[in-house]
Amino acid sequence: MELLRLAVTKLPADVEAALDRIAGEETEDAARMQMKAITENLKLAEASGTPLCQDTGVHIFYVKTGPATGDLDRIFRDGVRRGTNEIPLRPNAVHPMTRKNPGDNIGVNMPYIHYEPGDGKYLEITVMPKGAGSENMSQLQMLTPSAGVKGIKEFALNTLLRAGSNPCPPIIIGMGIGGSADICMTLAKKALLRPLGQPHTDPEIAKLEKELYNALNGIGIGPMGLGGKNTLLGIAIEYAYCHTASHPVAINIQCWAARRATARIYPDGKVEYLTHKVKKGGK
Amino acid sequence: MAEVHLKLPASEADVRKLKAGDTVYISGTLFTARDEAHLRALELRHEGKQLPVKFLDGALYHCGPIMKKEGDKWKIVAAGPTTSSRMNSMEGKFLEEVGTRIIIGKGGMSKAVGEALKKFGAVYLAFTGGAAVLAARRVREVKGVEWYDLGMPEAVWILDADEFGPLTVGMDAQGNSLYDEVAKKIEKNTVEARKLLGL
Repeated sequence: MELLRLAVTKLPADVEAALDRIAGEETEDAARMQMKAITENLKLAEASGTPLCQDTGVHIFYVKTGPATGDLDRIFRDGVRRGTNEIPLRPNAVHPMTRKNPGDNIGVNMPYIHYEPGDGKYLEITVMPKGAGSENMSQLQMLTPSAGVKGIKEFALNTLLRAGSNPCPPIIIGMGIGGSADICMTLAKKALLRPLGQPHTDPEIAKLEKELYNALNGIGIGPMGLGGKNTLLGIAIEYAYCHTASHPVAINIQCWAARRATARIYPDGKVEYLTHKVKKGGK
Repeated sequence: MAEVHLKLPASEADVRKLKAGDTVYISGTLFTARDEAHLRALELRHEGKQLPVKFLDGALYHCGPIMKKEGDKWKIVAAGPTTSSRMNSMEGKFLEEVGTRIIIGKGGMSKAVGEALKKFGAVYLAFTGGAAVLAARRVREVKGVEWYDLGMPEAVWILDADEFGPLTVGMDAQGNSLYDEVAKKIEKNTVEARKLLGL
């Protein structure tokens, strides 16, 4: 629950730095006013220990399992339930058909937990509280292989234009290329976990990230869609080999309030935070 | 661009004076309403029934806040705007059948809503998305809640706001829209972006 509290009250260091940079770069009144409100709000949220955005999202966990794991499903569900009440978080999770809200952010497959085996030295937990404003603008397209790299670029441009002012820009574009339909979107979301400004290790992918960023950041949507120099905080791409007859491409959009927090828990009880600078013994 | 401090309820004449790009601070009652509250309000109107609040006396705020109950009083925790475009298909009808002079949200609304704003004498004001603590600080008191059965985010919260803002007039009652102006620039920039991408 403390990791969840950290995630919703304070942005990761890389996101704060990118927002500060953009706040300094904007020159038009409307854009400057939006960036001022954003940076002021971050300070107020941190100082008061309050969620920085009222949309505290639905809760997605990425877990690398460690030496002693126990009943992690139960632990995460309990953490989200307690956090909803104590931090507090907004109860967002509803039944998809009846729209009934149980009030505790707990339901079938929610929170959603991705498990992968770790190296056994520690348990690594990342929580991503994902808001709907940006998630609603996400897209998946099953292109034909003949569309090639041009098809990927066209898709990125069109998805950004269609999203426009809606997803709380400046945004991060998480992109998945390849895999299957489900793998592609999973990769797109996972790309959002990479620290901003860190290129992909594959030089071809890193080149595409840079090319897309350079072409799309100046599109003019600007902070909150009121115009300005910067529309993006960053672009990150993950990829997977795919079927020779398939060409899936997906974009998962992240608003400027890019909340994520990662901690490693060691067998001796030591906790190491990867996304945030946290004072010893502090929350 | 003017800076305007507006007290609610606002008259049609006051609202028609606001121009796209103006900065506005609002004092008075805000009623939160998102997807579900819009649906219910229109449904009740359709059945000829009364609504529990008079939206015309305050501002319609596209917002699903975080609230905390302390004793028998609700305290506001965080209350930034939600994406207004989700209400595009309902807002024209809402302006006609329920009525309000001021809509607060983020991201702007459709051309059809812009027409309705012009016709019924209302404006659309943009608040910074995600600036939820800043917004909550401008709420003096939570006066009450209606339709809580819709869940905390979808209920209608009655908020007493003091100098709520800074808000930007995104769409005025003359048919002007900042979003349209930005769209024109985007269209121009898209040509350049396509060139850079080799499309």
